[in-house]
Amino acid sequence: MAILVFLEVKDNKIRKQSFEAATYAYDLAQMLNMPLKAVCIGNISGEEVQKAGRYGVEEVYQIKGQDLDKFLESPYASAVVAVAQAVNAQHVVVSQTFNGKSIVPRLAIKLGVASFSGVIALPTIANGEIQVKRTAYSGKTIQIVGTKSTKCIFSVKNNAYKITENPVTCSIVDFEFKPSAEDRTVTVKEVSKLSDKVSLTEADVIVSAGRGLKGPENWGMIEELASLLGAATACSKPVADVHWRPHHEHVGQTGIQVAPNVYIAIGISGAIQHLAGVNASKTIIVINKDPEAPFFKAADYGVVGDAFEVVPNLIQAIKSYKG
Amino acid sequence: MNTLICIGHVPDTTTKIQLTPDGKQINKEGVTFIIGPYEEYAISRALELKEGGIPGKVSVICVGGPKADETLRKALAIGADEAFRIDTESTDSFFIAHQLASFIKENPFDLIMMGKESIDRNASEVPGMVAELVGVPCVTFCSFLEVNNGKATVRREVDGQVELLEVPLPAIITAQKGFAEWRIANMRGIMAARTKPLKVIPAKEVEEKTYVVGYELPSAKKSCTFIQPENVGQIVNILAERGIL
Ligand SMILES: Cc1cc2nc3c(=O)[nH]c(=O)nc-3n(C[C@H](O)[C@H](O)[C@H](O)COP(=O)(O)OP(=O)(O)OC[C@H]3O[C@@H](n4cnc5c(N)ncnc54)[C@H](O)[C@@H]3O)c2cc1C
Repeated sequence: MAILVFLEVKDNKIRKQSFEAATYAYDLAQMLNMPLKAVCIGNISGEEVQKAGRYGVEEVYQIKGQDLDKFLESPYASAVVAVAQAVNAQHVVVSQTFNGKSIVPRLAIKLGVASFSGVIALPTIANGEIQVKRTAYSGKTIQIVGTKSTKCIFSVKNNAYKITENPVTCSIVDFEFKPSAEDRTVTVKEVSKLSDKVSLTEADVIVSAGRGLKGPENWGMIEELASLLGAATACSKPVADVHWRPHHEHVGQTGIQVAPNVYIAIGISGAIQHLAGVNASKTIIVINKDPEAPFFKAADYGVVGDAFEVVPNLIQAIKSYKG
Repeated sequence: MNTLICIGHVPDTTTKIQLTPDGKQINKEGVTFIIGPYEEYAISRALELKEGGIPGKVSVICVGGPKADETLRKALAIGADEAFRIDTESTDSFFIAHQLASFIKENPFDLIMMGKESIDRNASEVPGMVAELVGVPCVTFCSFLEVNNGKATVRREVDGQVELLEVPLPAIITAQKGFAEWRIANMRGIMAARTKPLKVIPAKEVEEKTYVVGYELPSAKKSCTFIQPENVGQIVNILAERGIL
């Protein structure tokens, strides 16, 4: 028996979110007194794969097959299942990234086990029943769910479980896996990046602006602030709807849901649908000229002031700090 | 081409979620229910494809209790041709997926669409489960869909990356923003919806995999610390403390 964690590869690197999942899996493995193993799909360097050892992974099953170089949910799910069976996995842990979300339900059916998506804490196990906390209603509640299934898939919400290092010696097993014809019905025609900037779901800092900015011509200072902070830029829904900003920057309940360490909201009122997409951020800083703006109720820090004065001053302050 | 859209009956996006006194359930009193916003994108796209000259029926299905009929009628008012409801209050992904898969196996469709996630459970589990159970391909998080000669071309948008994929039909596609524009039902649609077929189907027996124990409300944020506009330097310190500068 073992705990198995899925390590997702992007741009030849193991994703940070996978290390969150690995930390969760390590803590679960400690709790159950089981070894932690991992499956990693992608022809990446041994050095990169061995990074998993820092987070307590003793053995990584690496699948290098060429036909798996691009993510496709069906063959990836089958590959993870093959390893889960090979290591006799008790539980499988996945990070709840887009690709994680895409394989979890397939793993649950193929393995015939229960799945919990968006978990934010380790499960409790009592009287043969497993219970765990996950978020629901777009972050507005925490739901406690249970199962009688002895085996589970845990899909860990992004930026909800702190990465910790638990270094062990990590060995790599070359695992052969060939996707079947049924797994290969979808074809990838082309993959491209939306922009050169860091993506919203991966950004540590997000600078987001709303209708308070008055028009697309005023985004220069938002871009500048973002670039000084190495941040991604985002916007509210109406801003994307009127094409002041590209729609892939729209965050909120109906846009992208984000969970950066710092979310800076400028000229955004803080409507409930906007908050639903950003309330998982660790620190929220709001700049708004209206002291009654609802966003202040969800903020850690607030500046009541005109964005056209506050933002340039902030940019100056950061520049002088950086020297 | 016959299209099926699996829709959720979910609390309106403006809902302030409150719990029942025992914390075991969401207090549904006074809550307005809507079609899941992502499923609405899928309905719009299905109607666009039909209006664009691809003949066929647009059907909607909801796994839910009698209250979901109202939500299905809204889908009919927007323009769907017929509606089905599988009668159960279960919220277990596996149970729901099993119901939909059984229905789809008995009533084959060329294109099956769902939202990228439900805004109540946010699990994104049902589409992939149905795909496994029925044995059809699935592409999630699509912001674009075109159909040609029995094939769908979709754009899957994830983590700042766009993937252009081709998938043979029948297939399951899940929609996110960009897929289409929401439509508002007009008076004629609302009138027509009253007489369009809405069939209630009993749920198949299958064991649930998970159960809900209860809910908690997230701990309220500590109150906001206000910084005077002339002291923005403090924000620099906050960023520096967090290792960002
Ligand atoms: C089904 C549904 C789903 C939705 N989903 C989303 C979603 O995913 N994301 C989303 O963002 N919205 C969503 N909305 C829309 C949401 O309800 C709000 O309308 C929207 O978030 C408001 O955007 P805003 O804050 O940019 O604009 P406004 O509400 O117009 O707010 C502008 C703010 O800027 C401030 N301001 C003005 N001038 C200045 C200045 N010079 N300096 C500083 N501050 C200034 C104002 O005080 C105000 O608070 C959804 C709505 C519906 C019905």
